[in-house]
Amino acid sequence: MSRKTFYPEGQTLQQFISRRHRVGIVWRVLFQAATVIAILALIALLYNIVIGAFGYVAIQNTVEPDTLALNGVPLEAQTKEQLTAALAENVSKGLMRRFENDQPFAERSRDNVYELVVERVVKPRIIRSWSLTESLFEREKIAAFMAEEPTAHLEFRRWINWRFLTTEQSSKPEFAGVRTALFGSLWVIAITLLVAMPLGVGAAIYMEEYAATIANPWWQRANSIIQTNINNLAGVPSIIYGILGLAIFVRALEAFTSGTMFGAVADPTTANGRTIVSAGLTLALLILPIIIINAQEAIRAVPNSLRQASMGLGATRWQTIRHHVLPAAIPGILTGNILAISRALGETAPLVVVGASTFITVDPNSPFSKFTTLPIQIYQWTARPQDEFRNIAAAAILVLLLLLLTLNASAVLLRNRYSRRLS
Amino acid sequence: MHNTEILSSKDIVSIPQTPHPSLRHRPRWGETIIQMFLFLSAAISILVTIGIVYELGTETWNFFGRTNWEDTNRQVATPIAATDTTIATTAGGSSIAVGRIIRVGDEQMMVTAVGENSLTVMRGQNGTTAVSHQAKLDVFTGKRVTLREFFTNIKWEPQIGNFGVLPLLNATLMTSAIAMLVALPLGLAVAIYLSEYAGQQARNVLKPMLEVLAGIPTVVYGYFALTFMTPLLRSLFGVETVQIYNTASAGIVIGILIIPLVSSMSEDALSAVPRSLREAAYALGATKLETAMRVVLPAATSGVAAAFIVAISRAIGETMIVAIAAGAGPNFTFNPFNAAETMTGHIVRISGGDLSYDSIDYNSIFAIGLALFAITLTLNIISRRVVTHFREEYE
Repeated sequence: MSRKTFYPEGQTLQQFISRRHRVGIVWRVLFQAATVIAILALIALLYNIVIGAFGYVAIQNTVEPDTLALNGVPLEAQTKEQLTAALAENVSKGLMRRFENDQPFAERSRDNVYELVVERVVKPRIIRSWSLTESLFEREKIAAFMAEEPTAHLEFRRWINWRFLTTEQSSKPEFAGVRTALFGSLWVIAITLLVAMPLGVGAAIYMEEYAATIANPWWQRANSIIQTNINNLAGVPSIIYGILGLAIFVRALEAFTSGTMFGAVADPTTANGRTIVSAGLTLALLILPIIIINAQEAIRAVPNSLRQASMGLGATRWQTIRHHVLPAAIPGILTGNILAISRALGETAPLVVVGASTFITVDPNSPFSKFTTLPIQIYQWTARPQDEFRNIAAAAILVLLLLLLTLNASAVLLRNRYSRRLS
Repeated sequence: MHNTEILSSKDIVSIPQTPHPSLRHRPRWGETIIQMFLFLSAAISILVTIGIVYELGTETWNFFGRTNWEDTNRQVATPIAATDTTIATTAGGSSIAVGRIIRVGDEQMMVTAVGENSLTVMRGQNGTTAVSHQAKLDVFTGKRVTLREFFTNIKWEPQIGNFGVLPLLNATLMTSAIAMLVALPLGLAVAIYLSEYAGQQARNVLKPMLEVLAGIPTVVYGYFALTFMTPLLRSLFGVETVQIYNTASAGIVIGILIIPLVSSMSEDALSAVPRSLREAAYALGATKLETAMRVVLPAATSGVAAAFIVAISRAIGETMIVAIAAGAGPNFTFNPFNAAETMTGHIVRISGGDLSYDSIDYNSIFAIGLALFAITLTLNIISRRVVTHFREEYE
């Protein structure tokens, strides 16, 4: 005990204490700063998306709409017949025939023909786009650019708009939309949900309600292996599920996932397994552990007294589960399911590996169609070097985030509305 | 005499034997079937694991088992008869070493001696039969990927026979390390702030915001890395030093992605430390910081460590951010401002096109996937062990 302990007194003690408090304050500020940085990162992320989705664009028309005016009637005010005539005058006969084949002009609406004229005759081309901040604060730069491009005109563009939501993909960012991707996402999610929800909830019921009641040590061992396994699967990177999906659903089960087994091939070129079913099943496996773990927690939160009361009155185990445990746990289970679904909705990597199409303009119409999804679309547009593709990527991100926000808000509402206090 | 006994055995027997039939225990087939279905749904998770291990295993086996043929740019100079053991080749091309397997047409041969523009070979190797060949056929050398090459070669160029996973692994470790530099201190600081300092109101605002951060799809973070973080780094460090695609930007953004994971897991661990411990520390005169750092944090070490390990595993498996922002092309570099492709990024890029089965690319993504799976699984298991074995129990 040769070590001497130093106990400060008087003035030194005061200094000592105030130093400790100063250190405390400094660290407190550091902790707060870390939290602020995390929040700032979130704000920067959202800000960066919003400024990409709005802003000025410089547009150059191949044919000025003014030259298409008919007897002083501007293009926008012309009738369908006049527009059709303008279209026929300016595009090749073959192209006109193709339009006619896609959908006869007699059946097309005026707005549809107008869009065709704009897309095929006026052919506006975006030669430069600016972000929202540039549009607001760097007007001189934009004006200088426009002065050098006398044929172009400036337009403020909301990249996310109704047209963007309702048109299919296009190789030109001006005309590209996310309809195909939206439908693709919905199809894939529907299949994921149909498969993962019953399996996941079933597994959770088994693990919580049956596994513990089995006395046989072999079964107990099997059950604990299953539990460990579920926990481990939850930590497997999503891309591994993509590889699994590629090997099993796309390749080994090709006859099933391509639809040839049912003779229902929508399009002979898709007769490999890179279809909506494969994607949906892959994502189902991916979110299965998440659904199970969340549902287990929800079921565990149901107080035991409820089960005992039910069984005390003579109900069987399944009757107890069906009529008492599940109704009490359903808000929690649904919340967990919705969170898992929003995870699946944002997944990209496994779908790239499973083989999402890089470019399709046809809406998926069966589980055996080729597909693309919203995140895939965002990935592909982000990977393009041109600014305009970044703009539509930002717009697509906004669509995705709005979808996710809706889903999560409904989860919170469900939780608040149906959660009764039971314990 | 009989009457003195209140109940005789005869009386008991005469009590009606069968109660109401519905009270008897019956086998409940419906319930058994339901239970079987529920058990099967739980067992599917085992099937998934078996599927992952089996598929990754067999395709990796194929990857290391396949012979990749390389054109030597030499041709057979004179026609070969089925019995010849010496074959004349044209000059030039790449050198062929003794012991290598070569292929002419469909026949495989093993080289036993190398002469000037001629090769002495053992014919009909590996199950092929010796047949006669015409002149001007190309000579290919065969090569198998060895485990040694896989883990030591610093080049990944499958098309020209370089199969070293190191550049991919190195890039993965770089992005993960950078991510950890960002996420661990920030995440832990946020956790300490939320658990020890913040009032109820601040927590009610901050925790949902962090949950939002955790709920944003990773592809959005990829967009953020490429369109915000990279330009920021380039304006800070110079356009010449920072390439458009670089591991630093991807790493930092993965770090941001992981902050909520670290903070929420650590905060759970910190909040689980009983109040009495803190109060004891205050009673001894400790300041708030001293209590947090010297009492609460050590008591929650196992939970915090588990959070860190899960975070590393998550960073290693992260895909879209690196696929978008880290660069496309394996590159063995330690400079965080250079482009380098990670394991996950490589898998995404290779499988993005129409990948044909049984090609070397197809096999290789399984080999890389297996390495990835092994690393992340090990980390996750360690994390769970840390929690269960090193947890400090307080009553």
